[in-house]
Amino acid sequence: MLNYITSYLSSDTTPGQAGNVFWAFVYIMVVFGGVSVAVMAMNWLERKALAHFQIRLGPMRVGPHGLLQPIADAIKLLTKEDIVPDKADKFVFWIAPLIILCASFTVYIVVPFGPTHAITDLNIGILFMLGVSSLSVLGVVMAGWASNSHYPLIGALRSSAQMVSYEVAMGMAVVSAVLMTSLHGLGPYGVGAGTSGTGTLSMIGIVQAQQEQHVWFLFKFFPLGFIAFGIFAIAMVAETNRAPFDLPEAESELTAGFHTEYSGLRWSLFMLGEYAAMIAVSSIAVTLWLGGWFRPFPNTLTGPTWDLVFSLFPGLSFLALAVIAFVGVARMPKHPYFRVQTIGLAGFGAVLGLIGLILFAPPVRDRIQDIFWFVAKVAGFMYLYIWYRATFPRYRFDQLMKVGWKVLLPIGIGVLILTAILGVLL
Amino acid sequence: MIGKLKGQYGSGIREANSYLGQNYMVVEPSIVSELLQILRDREQFDYCVDVTAVHYPDREKQFEVIWILYSFPRNERIRVKTMVADGESAPSAVSIWATANWLEREVYDMFGIRFDGHPDLKRILLPDGWKGHPLRKDYGIIQQDQEWVQANLGIESGQ
Amino acid sequence: MGAGQPRDRERPMTDRTTTDQMTTDPDTRLSHLELNQPDKTFLDSNELIINMGPQHPATHGVLRVILKLDGEKVLGTECVIGYLHRGVEKIAENRTYTMFNPYVDRMDYVAAVSNGLGYCEAVEKLLNIEAPPRAKYIRVILTELNRLASHQLWLGTHALDIGAMTPLFYTFRDREEILKIFEKYCGARLTTHAFRIGGCQYETYEGFERDVTKFLDFVPPKIDEYEELLTTNRIWLERTKGVGVISRADAIALGVTGPVLRASGVKWDLRKAQPYAAYADFDFEIPIGVNGDTYDRYTVRMEEMRQSLRIIRQAVERIPEGPIMAKVAKVMKPPVGEIYHSIEAPKGELGYFIVSDGSTQPYRVRVRPPSFVNLQALEVMVRGALVADVIAVIGTLDIVLGEVDR
Repeated sequence: MLNYITSYLSSDTTPGQAGNVFWAFVYIMVVFGGVSVAVMAMNWLERKALAHFQIRLGPMRVGPHGLLQPIADAIKLLTKEDIVPDKADKFVFWIAPLIILCASFTVYIVVPFGPTHAITDLNIGILFMLGVSSLSVLGVVMAGWASNSHYPLIGALRSSAQMVSYEVAMGMAVVSAVLMTSLHGLGPYGVGAGTSGTGTLSMIGIVQAQQEQHVWFLFKFFPLGFIAFGIFAIAMVAETNRAPFDLPEAESELTAGFHTEYSGLRWSLFMLGEYAAMIAVSSIAVTLWLGGWFRPFPNTLTGPTWDLVFSLFPGLSFLALAVIAFVGVARMPKHPYFRVQTIGLAGFGAVLGLIGLILFAPPVRDRIQDIFWFVAKVAGFMYLYIWYRATFPRYRFDQLMKVGWKVLLPIGIGVLILTAILGVLL
Repeated sequence: MIGKLKGQYGSGIREANSYLGQNYMVVEPSIVSELLQILRDREQFDYCVDVTAVHYPDREKQFEVIWILYSFPRNERIRVKTMVADGESAPSAVSIWATANWLEREVYDMFGIRFDGHPDLKRILLPDGWKGHPLRKDYGIIQQDQEWVQANLGIESGQ
Repeated sequence: MGAGQPRDRERPMTDRTTTDQMTTDPDTRLSHLELNQPDKTFLDSNELIINMGPQHPATHGVLRVILKLDGEKVLGTECVIGYLHRGVEKIAENRTYTMFNPYVDRMDYVAAVSNGLGYCEAVEKLLNIEAPPRAKYIRVILTELNRLASHQLWLGTHALDIGAMTPLFYTFRDREEILKIFEKYCGARLTTHAFRIGGCQYETYEGFERDVTKFLDFVPPKIDEYEELLTTNRIWLERTKGVGVISRADAIALGVTGPVLRASGVKWDLRKAQPYAAYADFDFEIPIGVNGDTYDRYTVRMEEMRQSLRIIRQAVERIPEGPIMAKVAKVMKPPVGEIYHSIEAPKGELGYFIVSDGSTQPYRVRVRPPSFVNLQALEVMVRGALVADVIAVIGTLDIVLGEVDR
């Protein structure tokens, strides 16, 4: 048994490929736990960042700077009365949030946090991801239908139309990136010429192709990669029903859209699913265009010195967070009423600092580096989501459709064709 | 203008006067509809500011219905007043000014004056099933339709 | 949907049976837009009737709009109002002229000062007295500040309705400064009861001019900030241009006033047309629009904010010394007669029609509410539009339900 467990440690494939059930299970637990924590952190960050955009403070009461707010929210939602409308279709009503949750969590099976840090590496990885993540529209429609109420119904109809339309444009962008894996051609700086393309749908394979071609697909066939990425970046906001494409849950029009009739735990499942889906589609974008887990310039800034410099980043960033926490401690009011909060924040800072120090340990930092860069890139997208929400008004339904079908789709097809032509010519 | 109208309607215009610099005329109900049309078409009173009523329980014809008109080109206001008895109806101005729609509904709601030719005369501020018209002088200030309150709001006392 | 459940529209949206039985006069009862007709079909139906309000995040209070939809397209609307009816006009008949003054603040509670100004001036006209010049200037300053506050609140909520969250917080931040001035002047922030019949109760406080001048310097960059977020924002343009169009002729026929009328191209503002208070002394422009769409109404109001600032600046610079209260009898008994006086409230023409029978209490007070009349235009403006446009149009009409229902 122990042999079975330790035998995987020397492997250089994912547990899924190695067929190691134990480690696959461990990875699943870690990934799902990590995503859940990320959702909670995102919840807090969104509220804080949005508040500061809007000259507010955001949560400040539960824990220092509202750090415990997500936990308080979770407890509140879990203990809240679970209301099922009298005329609702109980079974469908019950199962809809689960479908959304399952769909948005299942995609993490193939998300590559590192060359071996994925649960498994499917050879149809990206296809699997798009397919499973689009299942969540089923949950939305079911929720809207089962509620037996008008606002959810309209929200669900909007949502299904929106997700289906944007998936087409999204697919075009993805295909052009997949195409790039098989086309060598010239990178922007003349690097990567002459290497032969592999052509793959595997998530890990796509990242490795970017390394082999010495270029992030964002910059490949400039500006084609850039445009494809732009299409994806817009479509993924629409896919996850976030502002400015949050029509299915447009608060000012449909009160809360498809989840109007939901409350308590079920409602929180929707939220969990939504944030998990946001992280999932951001991971696709990072994988396809931003070089996945690779640190910046893995091929130009080489050598042990650069390796060392970049491997210090994870630790340094945690230390920076710790410093921010300690600045917060210093700025806390000195009144005795705030003593517990001050100590709490100091403790939090100390934990962050400790994590930072652990990350400096050579065996840890080598293993953690890939994950760090991947998460950092995804976090950038998360910030964009918040930024959009603070800045943009909401599109109207017909305008949304217009953008999807008349703008993104033709451009997507154009990019796809040009990518293919350039790949053959160069 | 008044002279011209008086020439046309004779005794139909009972009084045309001015108080505190504001012009008004009191006319017979029979000519109101025609007069309002003429005021808009010929005299350029293109904006109907308000339609309202006053209740004088002591008079023979209890209600005074008032149209307040304004002319953009002339920058001038005029009030047209007519008397109707309880149960009688006043002519509707909806076909002349679309804005009269809700204003007449409110007069109906508050006074119970019906307007002939109104497309959809029903209560506007009070609930559909309410009894009584609160701005009549015989309607007390704390009076309510107790049955309605009991049946619809479930308040036992009806207040 | 499970078997045996009634199909969605087979049950009426509200249980009206009790109401119907109560009705004594059957022909007074008319159904609301086929609301209580059972739907023959659900899946194969093209029409959907939804009930927006009276509790809805974007109806600005307890407005209820019944929408008849074909998919997202609006086939018909009907406004059901009266949820906030308090019988202000009835109350007036049972109060003295002075006692009724605070009640008017509760109608358009975001522009309470304007309401008070209209009422006080109407009664003054009836009494044949005039407020002293200093009082008139104070009235202008406070009313224009209030117009600014009202427009800021409108902008914030309108932007929120269209999905832009952030302007709401910016406008509320700046509106706060106005409310602070009100608070320092008369102790109240929202329902100010700032004016009395015959002038003002309070002399300006020490440093009033300084506070107002400071505010005048503070707010123009903030207005630029709102514009930066919205005026050239592509999504904002798409959501507002060509939405809720009302032509010049329709606007006049429907009696809409205020910025809604001006956005349709009618250059008419009571402050210029029939100047009241001290408005004849000031130099300002009337901004007008061309297309009469939501975007024009937005730009008209934005420009009105700037013009208000201009008026306030002139008023603060030229404010005369002198008494603030005219000679008014303790017990007011206006002579028998009637008066209609109207002012340009932030929402449009706010009129008071007061009938006096020579006693201390008004015989009848009729308020001509701008929001009520403007709301009537909703049906024309949203016909054939989409659900999201209904929200945008309700926002752009700038209604306050306290005034619609009185």
